[in-house]
Amino acid sequence: MKLLKLVPDNTDIKFLRWRVPFYVVSLLLMAASLTLVFTKGLNLGVDFVGGQMIRVTFVQTPAAPVAELRESVGSLGYGEPIIQQFGKPNEVSIRMKLPEGSEANAGLADEMARNITAKIKSTHADARIDGVDSVSGKVSGELFKTGMQALIAAMVAISIYIWVRFEWQFGVGALFALVHDVTLTLGLFAVTQMEFDLNIVAALLTLIGYSLNDNIVVYDRIRENLKKYRRMPLPELLDLSVNETLSRTIVTSLSVLITLVALLLLGPNVIFGFTAAIALGIFVGTYSSIYMAAPILIWLRVTSASFVPTESEIDRQERLAREKS
Amino acid sequence: MLDFPRWKQLWLWAVTLVACFCALPSLFTVSGLDWPKALPAPVINLGLDLAGGSHILLEANPDQVRRQRLESMEEDVRSRLRQADPQIRIGEISSKDGSVSFMLADPAQVDAAREQLQTLTQGAGMTGQRDWDLEVRDGNRIVLTPTKAGIDQAITQAMDTATEVVRKRIDALGTREPTIIRQGAQRIVVQVPGLKDPAALKALLGKTAKLEFKLVDGTALPSDLQQGIAPPGSELVPYENPAQDGTVPLAVKRLGGIKGDRLTNAQQSFDQQTNAAIVNITFDQQGGAKFAKLTTENVGKPFAIILDGKVLSAPTIQEPIIGGTARISGNFTVESANQLAIALRSGALPVDLKVVEERTVGPDLGADSINKGVIAFGVGTLALMAFMLLTYGRFGFYTNAALIINTLMILGIMAGINTTLTLPGIAGFVLTIGAAVDANVLINERIREERARGRRVIQAVEMGYKEASRAIFDANITNIIAAVLMFLFGSGPVRGFAVVLMIGIATSVFTAVTLTRMWVAGYLRRERPADIVL
Repeated sequence: MKLLKLVPDNTDIKFLRWRVPFYVVSLLLMAASLTLVFTKGLNLGVDFVGGQMIRVTFVQTPAAPVAELRESVGSLGYGEPIIQQFGKPNEVSIRMKLPEGSEANAGLADEMARNITAKIKSTHADARIDGVDSVSGKVSGELFKTGMQALIAAMVAISIYIWVRFEWQFGVGALFALVHDVTLTLGLFAVTQMEFDLNIVAALLTLIGYSLNDNIVVYDRIRENLKKYRRMPLPELLDLSVNETLSRTIVTSLSVLITLVALLLLGPNVIFGFTAAIALGIFVGTYSSIYMAAPILIWLRVTSASFVPTESEIDRQERLAREKS
Repeated sequence: MLDFPRWKQLWLWAVTLVACFCALPSLFTVSGLDWPKALPAPVINLGLDLAGGSHILLEANPDQVRRQRLESMEEDVRSRLRQADPQIRIGEISSKDGSVSFMLADPAQVDAAREQLQTLTQGAGMTGQRDWDLEVRDGNRIVLTPTKAGIDQAITQAMDTATEVVRKRIDALGTREPTIIRQGAQRIVVQVPGLKDPAALKALLGKTAKLEFKLVDGTALPSDLQQGIAPPGSELVPYENPAQDGTVPLAVKRLGGIKGDRLTNAQQSFDQQTNAAIVNITFDQQGGAKFAKLTTENVGKPFAIILDGKVLSAPTIQEPIIGGTARISGNFTVESANQLAIALRSGALPVDLKVVEERTVGPDLGADSINKGVIAFGVGTLALMAFMLLTYGRFGFYTNAALIINTLMILGIMAGINTTLTLPGIAGFVLTIGAAVDANVLINERIREERARGRRVIQAVEMGYKEASRAIFDANITNIIAAVLMFLFGSGPVRGFAVVLMIGIATSVFTAVTLTRMWVAGYLRRERPADIVL
């Protein structure tokens, strides 16, 4: 039987020839993402800013009457609602600030939720209330803080591990690639104004996991080749390493994408944003381990000296080998 | 590398089978089959975001506990010194600035007072500290300040009691399998799966149910009441009197009332004459005696029934009530009377609890999510397996077998240690499946490479596993580091993700590396192929 081969043997693509333009583009994109995040802002969900969110599905209508809803909910006097479709066009989330004084009297928030759901149900008979989230400002502040702490702590600790296992240049490279991936994803959330909630933090963590996996595979091969080809110029060696792992990169990325596409098309709507973020992460992560994490090693001047045993070490090993035989 | 002695094989199979077996009850439940009752049945709990239900985070205000402690200390000091022999006379007690202080009428009694008050304080915590600091200032002023250990202990006790009360109230609603957990120093998490309407639950939990009976101060002038001035020795309590318009405060005497915490029962019932909803309460022996004394001494006077700082009603005492039972009327609906009865039966909350976070997922959405999730996961996995089979042939088959076992093992271990699967947990699941596939891809690609370099089958396989293991090891260690940190730093969803990730990494390495190596080794030993299709 002939097996499927997506990548021919012994490819020799000069990936790193384009490293400078790619770096410039990536840095520009990162700068743009950061600017967007700070100017336009993320569309933070109630998890992070507090407030109330009501999710509604219109069972028999193909598309939710967003404008109508905005008017009818707005007329209740609780302020202007933020209404967004998510997953399918007939599903919406309605977000409101918590009413004044609800920190002291929790009953007010309840009353608001009751009034809004009653209003929706009276005007739209097919409305199904799928969920009500209500988060006070205090709790949302804590959620934001712990979420960010987890993210940053994980990224820093991973970099330290890579530094210990490889060399400091690799640690810097991995950290930079992770920052790159997270920044671009945040930029995407700022552009699309998709809702950013705690589940998306979990998606970001997944993305970091994949990106890192990819990174380490490439780095591992670079380390191996540094030991093997001591006189090869670094750019050439990096190209060789990327080419050697290319088949694996393609097969793995495809495998994960297959499952993600199934989740995107057939999976529950609640995880749509979340799956989309991970799928994006696969592309960004693969790209960053080739174009962000690898070239940085050239600029940080990695040499094979870090990985090749010193003379005395070679002597010791030879002695051990002799004793064994 | 490819050497697997029999005992090792048996051991690996045993681990695999036990873990997979634990997954079966959960799979049976999802597919609607009955799991034999005679067998142990560890089942994965589905998080509320998947199964539907309510998550409510309640928070207590520790200042309230501090204030209450000062108030009760004030009362204790007064009664203890009055009952002392000889009586110790004191001036006005003030409880400002977080401590209780008062002057002694006779400075010579300082030591006697100190001795009496010492008995009111107790040890707190492990350090042998007392819960109150007792100080004498300027020769005749005594100051009692609560220590930090004392306050912490009081808050802990209050939260323990509050958790117990919350549990009793939720049980009284008859909901199934609620989870009630203390979180941190002053919070309680309540999770009730499959609840349709959390409003009733929240109304019940928000009720402190502190019941008091106090005498009405008849000397208060209506004009003073309007201005919010209470006669000396009395306090004003808001009263929504149905006979009057709006809320007019009622003056009640601060001392000499009784608390409604000594109840043995409370039932919703109906007034025989007016048919209005009422609540019947039964005191315990001590409470009944106190109530009898109060009513006997004050026949013909009105007294106020106060719930959570609001007057429910203010009936006149017609005759002494000595049977130890009483009825509370006060503009109830049947539902609100029933709620009050439940709240009173379960006891008062020692602190007010406020809902600071609430998440409710409709049960329809939950069921929908699970079905779609299972289908999507099934289709995705089948497609992935087909892809593996096409790409790696026999080795792809081993990869697939490892993948199935991996999935079963993750589910089995989650069921075994009784964790909850949430939406972010599914993300962790997807990540570990990805990592497991990647491990096999790495190995298979490496074997291909080694073959292309001209190595013989056995050496190529051996090298493949050996060389790929390094990258697999590093990748998984970094993921473990990330998972542990997320678990330590993160909250709720992030933790759910981290738990699955930790379990998944362990099983991925076990199935994708160890098990497949055993299978490949078995194949090579049995068939001794001169060439492999890869």
